[in-house]
Amino acid sequence: MSRRVRLWILSAGGTGLAVLLVVACFQLPGFGGDQHPYGDRAVRESLARRTANTVASVNFDQRAFDTLGEMTILFSAVLGTVVLLRQTRDEHRAKPAPAQVAVPVRRYALVTLPVALLTGLYVIAHGQLSPGGGFQGGVVAATALHLLYLGADYRALEWIRPVGLYEVGDALSASAYLVLGLAGVLAGTAFLANTLLSYGTFNTLSSGGAVPLLNAAIGMEVACAAVVLLARFLDQAVEIEESGKTGKTGKSGE
Amino acid sequence: MSVLPYLVAVWVFLAGCYGLATSRNLIHAVGCLTVCQAATYVLLIAVGYRDGATAPVYSDIEPASRPVVDPVVQALALTDVVVGATVTALLLALVLQISKRHGTVDPDELSELRG
Repeated sequence: MSRRVRLWILSAGGTGLAVLLVVACFQLPGFGGDQHPYGDRAVRESLARRTANTVASVNFDQRAFDTLGEMTILFSAVLGTVVLLRQTRDEHRAKPAPAQVAVPVRRYALVTLPVALLTGLYVIAHGQLSPGGGFQGGVVAATALHLLYLGADYRALEWIRPVGLYEVGDALSASAYLVLGLAGVLAGTAFLANTLLSYGTFNTLSSGGAVPLLNAAIGMEVACAAVVLLARFLDQAVEIEESGKTGKTGKSGE
Repeated sequence: MSVLPYLVAVWVFLAGCYGLATSRNLIHAVGCLTVCQAATYVLLIAVGYRDGATAPVYSDIEPASRPVVDPVVQALALTDVVVGATVTALLLALVLQISKRHGTVDPDELSELRG
């Protein structure tokens, strides 16, 4: 099929889809309306369980089982990436050379690293109180570690980040989430039902029952997953080289 | 125009689809897929918006003192972002392997099968 014919088919299908979607938009409840039955109920439940951040309550209490599925997607995507980006038989590892970094970059990165790491941990720990939580804080903490790659070089990053440990941490935190859910079953309630722990005082760190614990498990999982993902991609860029360069393969696009 | 934010989502989605279908570079195609996904964020957040409302976080406002936007769709958007990021990582890993094995990232040149 030539490009022209393909474009024609695309424009026919695209126009049909656009018309359907626009018609659907006009059937939706108006933007900014006052009717949010699910939102109102979620807010009421969240306040009854003394969780100040309603979004965290939806994620880790009311829809905790869905978050288990989401976490599984994250876990299996990391697993898939690790398998896809492994070192193959015709590749070898080259030791990364020490790199020279401009002094202002080094200074700025090394000053920012502890602040960014602390911010990530703070966001994870306060997920049930303020905007943020395990997903957001985990990403902040994981990327904070990579400031060392900008500020020093790849060997310094590898020293601070033994990938094997982070893979174990990823699996452990995924299991911790499951175990927290199973604890409810063993105690005679339901899987991931937030009825086991006391709800605490509203707007304090220990409020919300199991929400802070699940938040911490997710935070650790996301941080470990992001570190492992970035490590695999950086390995491809920095360390792994093709040994038998035959000319045809291994050409880069640019 | 109370329907405009939804139309923005439709527009972003269709723009992403167009890019996906006409892409000559797999990395560009992965980028277009994230554009399609960004449309779903716009749609979700637009569905949950309420006029004059604030964020559904009660750490510094009194409960029931102000209207808040719908927290359910915000949680869904969070799920969406996480899934989008992981799928992007997985797809980019696939593109990396394709570029290594076939020496090209143009989908039109990837027609032959290889054992």
